[in-house]
Amino acid sequence: MKEEIIKVKNLVKKFGSFTANDNLTFDVYKGEVFGFLGANGAGKTTTIRILSGLSSPSSGELNVAGFDVYTETEKIKKNIGYMSQKFSLYEDLTVAENIRFYAGIYGISPKHRKEKMGELLKKLEMENGRNKLIAGLPLGWKQKLAFSVAVFHEPKIVFLDEPTGGVDPVTRRKFWDMIYEAANDGITVFVTTHYMDEAEYCDRVSIMNEGKIEALDTPAKLKEKYNARDMDEVFLKIARK
Amino acid sequence: MIAIKEISKFYSETQALNKISLHVNEGELFGLIGPDGAGKTTLMRILITLLLPDSGEAKMDGLDVVKNFKKIRHIVGYMPGRFSLYQDLSVEENLHFFATVFGTTIDENYDLIRDIYHQIEPFKKRRAGQLSGGMKQKLALSCALIHKPKILVLDEPTTGVDAVSRKEFWEMLKKLQDKEITILVSTPYMDEANLCDRVALIQKGKILDVDPPQRITEKYPHRIIRARSDEIYRLIQDLRAFDKAESVFAFGEFVHFTGTDDNVEPSQLDAYLHKKNHKNVLVEEINPGIEDVFMGSM
Repeated sequence: MKEEIIKVKNLVKKFGSFTANDNLTFDVYKGEVFGFLGANGAGKTTTIRILSGLSSPSSGELNVAGFDVYTETEKIKKNIGYMSQKFSLYEDLTVAENIRFYAGIYGISPKHRKEKMGELLKKLEMENGRNKLIAGLPLGWKQKLAFSVAVFHEPKIVFLDEPTGGVDPVTRRKFWDMIYEAANDGITVFVTTHYMDEAEYCDRVSIMNEGKIEALDTPAKLKEKYNARDMDEVFLKIARK
Repeated sequence: MIAIKEISKFYSETQALNKISLHVNEGELFGLIGPDGAGKTTLMRILITLLLPDSGEAKMDGLDVVKNFKKIRHIVGYMPGRFSLYQDLSVEENLHFFATVFGTTIDENYDLIRDIYHQIEPFKKRRAGQLSGGMKQKLALSCALIHKPKILVLDEPTTGVDAVSRKEFWEMLKKLQDKEITILVSTPYMDEANLCDRVALIQKGKILDVDPPQRITEKYPHRIIRARSDEIYRLIQDLRAFDKAESVFAFGEFVHFTGTDDNVEPSQLDAYLHKKNHKNVLVEEINPGIEDVFMGSM
């Protein structure tokens, strides 16, 4: 039985005369890795901002983690995590300070935080780095830590907005190991990426073009439908229409 | 056209470049392939005379990057990784500005940029800061070309750009190559290596290999086996637990497996996965790609 954790029905978002999201309807299931793809400017960030309670839709019915996006945005924020390539951690705080800061915002008790921080730093093999400033860390470490911080409060859903840009291929794959692990623990992962091989790692993928969802299915079915060898070809066929 | 000899560069204690030597031929489309922090930007900034090397020497079209820096600036076009045009000038004003700085005019070299500039010309009165990512990229490339450089240096022009725009950008580079411009381009996307004539794989300030992309993959000595099943997460876990597993990583819908030696047969893995109750198992040996080689040499 598939349980919907995100329900979107007829979502429209307009900025003046420009329609950024043009009547989107889709569901995301609990515990799945959902790939949210589209060309630059297709409207992905607008949707993510609405789903995370940072922006209101112009119209449509939306429910995220059991809460309404018009009236219960604060509850939504407590139940989701967010990470982006552009901003996630405070560069001039240390590793431990960043964790403490995020744990504080989400109201995690100091006792629980200390236990979890110890486990986390051990898992990331960063025990010796706890007092280092974020600014001096390699990008791969930053990304792993940013992801860990985004799921530190054990959210129901985590939004990852282009999480893996620029890193080496091994680090990028180790990052995906963490994504799989989170999904295996029941956290729903909503991810955008420009790497089309990563689209293959998702349980289902949606592809947006000019504010509309043009396709939504498993990578295997999309490749079959568009008669394509890989997701790169599917993407080119849809986004170049 | 570009000759680099034992260039090293330190930032306090961090060694950004470790005795890099490299040659780029006239008219070549040459790729510097490596992740963030590999030293790609440092090397490029030395070549375009914005940064001094600590040791070693480099020549651009026979001109020394330290002694002849002023001359080099006239023959090189540079597109930095971060959008660096004037955001509050219009498209046309930016182009006009760069043409004037180099003592030329838009009309004089319009032929060279026509294909690229043509696509943004309808928006020529718009401020550069208000362009979309793809349009900014086209404007930056037009500005880097307006003085008709012999060498074009592009620092990660496709990072953060979607797959469609990336493809278009590479098509533009191929066309420029036909106009006898030598191009040095860096990218963290391994798949783009295949679009270059030759590539250098670079990691932690060192060059791992230089060759045409086909050669790099052909000469890779290890056997790569790929596997697929209905449960990719469990597949990765199980393959890592296989006693002769060296590296196991996801590659699109497949998982690539390298053994501790090259005697692991696909049939062995196939039997192992069936025993672990995987469904729809496919196991086969494949030719390595650039990404396999890069990961293998890290």
